[in-house]
Amino acid sequence: MEEAIIIEKSVIIIAVFALTMLMAMYSTLAERKIAAWLQDRVGPNRAGKGGILQPLADGLKLFAKEEFVPNTPNKFLFFVGPAISMSMALMTSAVLPWGDKLHLFGRDIILQATDIDVALLYVFGVLSVSVYGIMIGGWASNNKFSLMSAMRAASQMISYEVAMGLSIIALIMMTGTLSIREIALGQNGMNWNVFYQPVGFLIFLICSFAEANRTPFDLAECEAELIGGYHTEYSSMKMGFYLFAEYAAMFISSTILAVLYFGAYNYPGMDWAEKNWGVNIANVIGIFVLFIKICFFIFFYMWVRWTIPRFRYDQLMRLGWKALIPLSIANIIITGIVMLLVD
Amino acid sequence: MAIETISLSGKKKEVSNKKMNFWESLYLIAIFKGLMITIKHLFKRKVTIKYPEQTRSLSPVYRGQHTLMRDDEGRERCTACGLCALSCPAEAITMKAAERKPEEKHLYREEKYAEIYEINMLRCIFCGLCEEACPKQAIYLTKSRTMVKAQTDREDFIYGKDKLVMPLDMAIKNTQNQAAN
Ligand code: SF4
Ligand code: SF4
Repeated sequence: MEEAIIIEKSVIIIAVFALTMLMAMYSTLAERKIAAWLQDRVGPNRAGKGGILQPLADGLKLFAKEEFVPNTPNKFLFFVGPAISMSMALMTSAVLPWGDKLHLFGRDIILQATDIDVALLYVFGVLSVSVYGIMIGGWASNNKFSLMSAMRAASQMISYEVAMGLSIIALIMMTGTLSIREIALGQNGMNWNVFYQPVGFLIFLICSFAEANRTPFDLAECEAELIGGYHTEYSSMKMGFYLFAEYAAMFISSTILAVLYFGAYNYPGMDWAEKNWGVNIANVIGIFVLFIKICFFIFFYMWVRWTIPRFRYDQLMRLGWKALIPLSIANIIITGIVMLLVD
Repeated sequence: MAIETISLSGKKKEVSNKKMNFWESLYLIAIFKGLMITIKHLFKRKVTIKYPEQTRSLSPVYRGQHTLMRDDEGRERCTACGLCALSCPAEAITMKAAERKPEEKHLYREEKYAEIYEINMLRCIFCGLCEEACPKQAIYLTKSRTMVKAQTDREDFIYGKDKLVMPLDMAIKNTQNQAAN
């Protein structure tokens, strides 16, 4: 029994890891393709059919680049930076449910690496640590622009984490649990949280843009003022790690959005499918449904990126502190009142 | 109407610096409008010309690589008068004249012809003044329908008669076309 669990969990972990890597890889291609399409261009289409091998070509190119280390007193930290970014981006996926359960070999397999009861807190913890990757990298680069970018990233993360945490409180009040699996199960059918918490969803969405360092909140790497931001001094695969981590983080945060607010793997008629076609088929469809939702959010990230310009720093702070935080507090209060009234 | 408010182009817009209210300061509506604009472009026809496979058609008045023309009987028209070289603002043309022998009558139209005729394509600015200057209508920039290709060696940009003179089969085709008309 014990061994079965170990095997089962390892398979899930490896599958999730591979999936994250694959998605991050192809997000880079998708980003360029979507950017091109939104600008009436064609995008990369030379490597393989329709540019399908482009990510491989990019990776190969990054490997072949010179490994440059600046003259910095903190060589160790310089190497640790990208590693933290990458591992933090991957760690979040441990608590995310990819489906309800499969019934294989006479046992129920829960499609989740681990189901801890404070999963949401874990997610927030990991998210806050991920800024250290940028901060340490920027600090160790021994470069003004990198440092400035690191400071911006840090202040941005701290500001938006508050609003993000507050927006999620309303959700926790409603669902009464911190376990992501239970939140996902609670959204059975069309009971998606987004319909009960539209404002909370909006705030969470905006904040996850800020947390993932995506436009319009990509002040940490704004090319116009800071050269490349925190990865100015990085080259070769270390730079690749930073870029890759950004896309992995985007995939993960799309998953969080889909799981928390858009009904996770639930789809209308899932119960019916489970009754008529069996648990396995119903859940395999569920995994695909979740996947479609994730892809939609990744597309949304890119769509926004190629629509709006970057915020100015003061606009960013004003939006975070003066608009989003009051709004999320109001959301908590209203949620509380409505819950009392319904009771 | 006051002069400040007249807009001849119809595009004039008053700049206002009014304070945004709370909802405007969230930028949500503005962002939504922007998203709708960009999503439309996702489905628009792409304007890219996939170059090596597709080429843009040349306009009838484009100026590309020069051609030294042949007449109806396939003889070279150039008489090495040097007017093209004289008119060239970039000093791109050099030539050496030679006298036609009686047995070369089918090769050259005039009694004097260009033994060597070279254009330095690095100097040439494709202004077309040589074409204008030529009294014999011997040089054209619009007939070759090719651009001068990039090279890695400076020497390769000096085009001699081997590259400039109109190929014979092209001249034959031209004559046939003329006869048909
Ligand atoms: S096109 Fe102009 S620059 Fe070129 S050879 Fe003729 S006259 Fe000279
Ligand atoms: S191309 Fe025309 S202008 Fe130039 S030398 Fe020949 S005949 Fe004279």
